[in-house]
Amino acid sequence: MKASLSPKVIALLMAAGLFAGCSSTGEKMDEESYGSDVEAIDQDGGATVYDGTDEEGGISSSAMTEEERREAREQQQQAEQEALRDITTFYFDFDTSEIKPEARDVLVAHARYLADNPRVQVRAEGHADERGSKEYNLALGERRAKAVERFLIVNGASRGQIETISYGEEKPAVRGSGEEAWAQNRRVELKFD
Amino acid sequence: MKRIKSMTAKRAYPRSYANPVLTLAVAFLMLAATGSARAELLIRITEGANAAIPVAVVPFAESGTMPAGDKIGSIVRSDLTMSGQFNLLAPEKMLSLPSQRSDVYFRDWRMLGQRYLLVGQVSREGDQLRARYELFDVNREQRILGETASAPASRARSLGHHISDKVYEAITGEPGVFSTRLAYVTVAGQGEDIRYRLQVSDVDGKRSKVRLESGEPILSPAWSPDGKKLAYVSFETGKPVIFVHELATGERRKVADFRGLNSAPAWSPDGKSLLMTLSRDGNAEVYKMELASGDLTRLTHHWAIDTEGSWDHSGRGIFFTSDRSGGPQIYHMERLGGEARRITFGGRYNARPRPDANGEYVYYVHQREGEFVIARTHLDNGQESIVTRTGADESPSLSPNGRLLIYATEQDGDSVLSVVSTEGGAAYSLPAAEGEVRDPAWGPITR
Repeated sequence: MKASLSPKVIALLMAAGLFAGCSSTGEKMDEESYGSDVEAIDQDGGATVYDGTDEEGGISSSAMTEEERREAREQQQQAEQEALRDITTFYFDFDTSEIKPEARDVLVAHARYLADNPRVQVRAEGHADERGSKEYNLALGERRAKAVERFLIVNGASRGQIETISYGEEKPAVRGSGEEAWAQNRRVELKFD
Repeated sequence: MKRIKSMTAKRAYPRSYANPVLTLAVAFLMLAATGSARAELLIRITEGANAAIPVAVVPFAESGTMPAGDKIGSIVRSDLTMSGQFNLLAPEKMLSLPSQRSDVYFRDWRMLGQRYLLVGQVSREGDQLRARYELFDVNREQRILGETASAPASRARSLGHHISDKVYEAITGEPGVFSTRLAYVTVAGQGEDIRYRLQVSDVDGKRSKVRLESGEPILSPAWSPDGKKLAYVSFETGKPVIFVHELATGERRKVADFRGLNSAPAWSPDGKSLLMTLSRDGNAEVYKMELASGDLTRLTHHWAIDTEGSWDHSGRGIFFTSDRSGGPQIYHMERLGGEARRITFGGRYNARPRPDANGEYVYYVHQREGEFVIARTHLDNGQESIVTRTGADESPSLSPNGRLLIYATEQDGDSVLSVVSTEGGAAYSLPAAEGEVRDPAWGPITR
C-alpha cells in the first residue's frame, strides 16, 4: 500500500491549519497506513480546517488587529515548532520499527521544516539494543531509520534530503544492560548537517 | 636410548619440590599474561564434562635449551582439558614420570584410574624443536600412537597443539581443533577514544594478533574455507562495507559497498562466493556474490528482513533469518532460489543460524523467558534443545568438528567468549582483558 496523499495536499492542509491558528496538527493519524510502519495524517482529521472567520462569533475586528493577531499566532506556532524540533531522537519497542504516537508531532515538525528548507539535509541513524543477533539488529536498525525516512517523506520532506544508516547494536547511547538502558538504545537519531 | 633414560632419571629427582617450582612458574606466567593483557584473552577453565575420559599426560622429558613459555606437555594438558572431554591427571599425583614405553608401568596408571597415557621427549636441534611421543591405551597396554614431530623453536605452541590434535583424534576418532584459530573483535575505550580491533588468536586465546584497528565498528568476521582470508563488515568509511582480508599479506579488498546495508558475509564451501545481506533493492535481502566477477544473485524476495545467510552442510542450500512471520525465525532454502521452509517454531525470537557440518543440527540465538541463549534444532525431527544458559548469549560459532561451540556472553559482568561442548558441559571461557570481546568466528582445520 503506497501513499495516495500527495505531500502537496498535506502542505496545503497544514498551511490552512496554520492560517486559522489551529495549534494542533496531526491529532488523528491512524486511518491511512503506509507500509507496515508509517501512518500519515488523515486527510480529514489531520489538520482541522477552519473557515477563517473571527473566532469571537461574528464580531469583526479591524484588519490591523487581525494582522497582528495572525502574526502573533504564527510566531507562537513557529516557536512551538522549533521547540518540537529540539527533539531529534525517537524510541522504539523491542524488535519493532513502529513509530510511537508521541513521536509523531515532532516528526511532522521536522518534515515541515525539511519541506520549507529544501536544501537542508538530514541523516536518520537507526540503532538497536544489545539483545539478540548482531546482524539481525543491523537490519532492524535500518528498518527503523527507513520508517522515520518514510514518515518524513509522507509528511512533506523530499527523498533526496534524507540519508539513512544503521549501526545496529554497535553504538549504544547508554552502556549497560537492563530495560532502562535498552529502551534508550532502541532509537533513530536525526542528524542535521 | 640410553641418553633418554638418563634424562628420565634426572627428571625424576626434582619431583619432591616440583610443586613449588610449578607454582612459581604459574605465578610468573600470570604476571606475564597481565603485562600483555591488552592483546590477549585470558583463559578460564569453567568445568569439565561429567563423562570426561581420564588421561595422564606426563611432563615431557627435555634435552637442550627450551624456549621460554609453556612446556609442550603442559600445552597438551591444557588443550585436552579445554576440550571438556577429558579429565587430566595432575602431574603431582603421578607415581613416575616415564618418557618412553620401557619406563611405563601400566599397573600404576591403572591404579590411578587412567584410560590413556601420553609420554614423550622434546629435544632442541638448532632452531628446531623435535618431539617424540607415544600414546597408550592403559587397559590394553597397547601403544595406539607413536610419532615424531618438529617445529621451529619459536613455534613451540604450534607443536603442542599439533600433538594435542593427534592425541584427540587417536582417542575419539575425530579430528582435533587445537591448531585452529579464532577471529573476534575487541572494543576498548569510549567516545572519541573507542578502538575496535579485529584479532586472530589460537583457540586458547594465546598468540593473539591485531589484524585491523578502527575507531568505527567492525563486525561479523567470517573465515574462508582455506583459513587464509577473513571477510568482515567495517564501518571505517562511515557505513557498513564488506571487506575480504588476506591474513598473510594484510591486503584488503572492498567487495560490497552498495547503497544501504552490506552485512553478514558467509563463505561458500568452495571459497569462491560469499553470501551477504544487502538492502540495495530497498530492504534487507540475502544475496550470493561471485568473488572473481562480483556478480550478484538475489536469493530472497520478501518485504520482511532476510539476513544471516549460512550454507547448509550439502553446500547446495542455505539457512537464513527472516521476520516474515512477525518476528525473526530460521528458514532453510534447500536449493538456491527455491522455496524457504521455516525451521524454528519455539518462541518469538530465533536468529543467526549456524548449521553443523554433518547436517544434524542448526544452532541459533533463541529468546527464552526474556533471556537470550543459544539453542539448536534437530533437522530430522525438529526437536529443539537449549545449549547455553548464560542469558545474554550472541554470535554462536561451531568448531570444525562440531564438538565445541563458541559464543559471546557476559560472566559476572565481564564480557567473555565462552566455549561449551555441544553435548553439554561448559569447557572454558576467554574473558576480555579490557573492554569487550565479541563476534567470535571459529576457523577451519588447515593442514
